[in-house]
Amino acid sequence: MAEKILELKNVSKIYGSLKALADINLSVNAGDWLSIMGPSGSGKTTMINIIGCMDTPSLGNVILDNVDISRENAASLTRIRRDKIGLIFQQFHLISYLTAVENVMVAQYYHSMPDEDEAMEALEKVGLKDRAHHLPAQLSGGEQQRVCIARALINSPQILLGDEPTGNLDEENERIVVDIFRRLHDEGVTIIIVTHDPEVGDVAQRKIILEHGKIIDDIDQSATFGEALKLKGK
Amino acid sequence: MENNTKKLRHGSRKAFYLKMVSGSLIRRASRLIIAVLAIAIGATILSGLVAIYYDIPEQLGREFRSYGANLIVLPRGEAKITREILKSLENLIGANKIVGMAPYRYQTVKINEQPYIVAGTDLAQAQKNSPFWYIKGEWGDLTDVDSVMIGNEIAETLNLKLGDVFMIQGVKYGEQAEASGQNLSAAENQKRDTARQNFHKNLKVRGIVSTGGAEEGFIFVDIDMLDDLIGDIFRADVIECSIVADANELANISSKIEKDIPELQPRAVRRLTQSQDIVLGKLQALVLLVTVVVLIITMISVYTTMMAMVAERRREIALKKALGAENRLVMSELLGEGVLLGIIGGALGVFLGFEFALRVSLNVFGRGINFQWLLIPVTIAVFVVITVAASIIPVRKVMDIHPAIVLKGE
Ligand SMILES: Nc1ncnc2c1ncn2[C@@H]1O[C@H](COP(=O)(O)OP(=O)(O)OP(=O)(O)O)[C@@H](O)[C@H]1O
Ligand SMILES: [Mg+2]
Repeated sequence: MAEKILELKNVSKIYGSLKALADINLSVNAGDWLSIMGPSGSGKTTMINIIGCMDTPSLGNVILDNVDISRENAASLTRIRRDKIGLIFQQFHLISYLTAVENVMVAQYYHSMPDEDEAMEALEKVGLKDRAHHLPAQLSGGEQQRVCIARALINSPQILLGDEPTGNLDEENERIVVDIFRRLHDEGVTIIIVTHDPEVGDVAQRKIILEHGKIIDDIDQSATFGEALKLKGK
Repeated sequence: MENNTKKLRHGSRKAFYLKMVSGSLIRRASRLIIAVLAIAIGATILSGLVAIYYDIPEQLGREFRSYGANLIVLPRGEAKITREILKSLENLIGANKIVGMAPYRYQTVKINEQPYIVAGTDLAQAQKNSPFWYIKGEWGDLTDVDSVMIGNEIAETLNLKLGDVFMIQGVKYGEQAEASGQNLSAAENQKRDTARQNFHKNLKVRGIVSTGGAEEGFIFVDIDMLDDLIGDIFRADVIECSIVADANELANISSKIEKDIPELQPRAVRRLTQSQDIVLGKLQALVLLVTVVVLIITMISVYTTMMAMVAERRREIALKKALGAENRLVMSELLGEGVLLGIIGGALGVFLGFEFALRVSLNVFGRGINFQWLLIPVTIAVFVVITVAASIIPVRKVMDIHPAIVLKGE
């Protein structure tokens, strides 16, 4: 049986009278590829922020890699996030005055040591070696997102989290990014992706649907997983 | 081997910090021009004012000295002042402090049977002592010692104009004029009996002196010419000195003269030196005040710039925090940028400031100033401290930036 990497136990996030998340229970195995879908305002970002140690639940427990992180303070959440989480954003969030490779090195810098060779390797993996010394403004949206992925992976995180990582990309670039996810999945990286796009949602092994802060559906796609891969592989 | 890699990697961490900080400044240069300008302007005014501040005493000292002598040196007792004594006085004061040093010899002569006083002096030195004298015509000089300056009073009584010629008459040195009316000592009476020699000479009016003071009653001639005329060697009645010194220094110089040259009796012209010190003190206080105000204004503008910068870079800061940066690290980057801004602005300001001080000095005092090399490190250090101090509150805003909230928005 696969090792449990993440567990949410009765997690709620409450803003005043609004329950952005209501009593969520979820467990994710290491190496899983999970997509989170649901209408706007259903609590997807809230959930992924809590998993990514960017936010804390109002109620319940979050166990990440066998450590309960739900009551940690901001400083230790920062440390845990640095060591275990790789983040990808819809708006890429690259530092405009640093080149692609420097943007990757920033993550190394805050984690441990900047190492240009390693950063170049990571860019090579996402097919951007020849764009390494370009500034973000000189890169296409797809290229920027690939830099983001390289940055998210550079410190070998246990979980790769993406909030609408393909939301700002065209189909072509979406395919390239999903391709990269697939390769990472083959390498054993745990992937959790929030998406609006059914195609992107369908490639995952497992898909959960949120509505009004509740998981209303939890779909095992492992049967079609290979097919989806094949489909996308074309 | 292991150790070696570790060291190398440590170096690369620092190197990357510098890369980020300088990259931010260089690639965002257009954004930072205003901040650098604010600091540079502050540094310009500050270093300029400090340069002037240090130069003011010297500058104003010279300026004040042009309003007349501040030290009068008389002979002690009967004997007059010889050239040797004049020389030793000059050495004692020091050539670099002397603006002007004019010996005067007074001699009674007659013009149209009326007595007048001729003042023999070193005309060039007298001019340095008294550049404020109003001269119609020209100052006398050595090119034509028979063309002289006369006081306005004399010019009026004798109805003399520029270019007019008049004759002076008198008795040579050691003789006594008949009409002197003095009680004569036995010895002098005897001299008078042995030989009586008169002199007379035609002089041309080259300049007419107006000062509003006693000078208007004198005829100014070259002292050597006067000595020749009366047949005597150099003997001065008084030496007027214009020295670059404040009241204290002047007192020191006076007592040194009394001690080292017993033949002389120095008298400081107190009123002038004291008022000079008061004006200097007030001016320096003013410069200090302006400096403080400039520093405060610079701090405010750095503060607002840094505040705007932190606001503008909220996303970047949030991202760094999302990537696992501790507050301390992000703040040290922003402060590093502040330090670099301070260095650039400060360095720019030192040179602009010197230019500014030089111009002020040239315009106001009519002479340049010396570049103080010490101003470079001091100004830069001051502005690094100022930018860091002004950045502390803005940079602390980093702690309030929540990555989840900031990164979520479009
Ligand atoms: N900081 C906050 N304060 C108050 N309410 C919040 C806050 N953050 C989120 N919410 C609310 O919580 C609910 C869930 O928000 P969340 O951002 O998780 O939605 P989402 O599923 O990511 O939506 P979208 O698909 O539009 O991104 C929303 O109703 C939102 O208004
Ligand atoms: Mg969202």
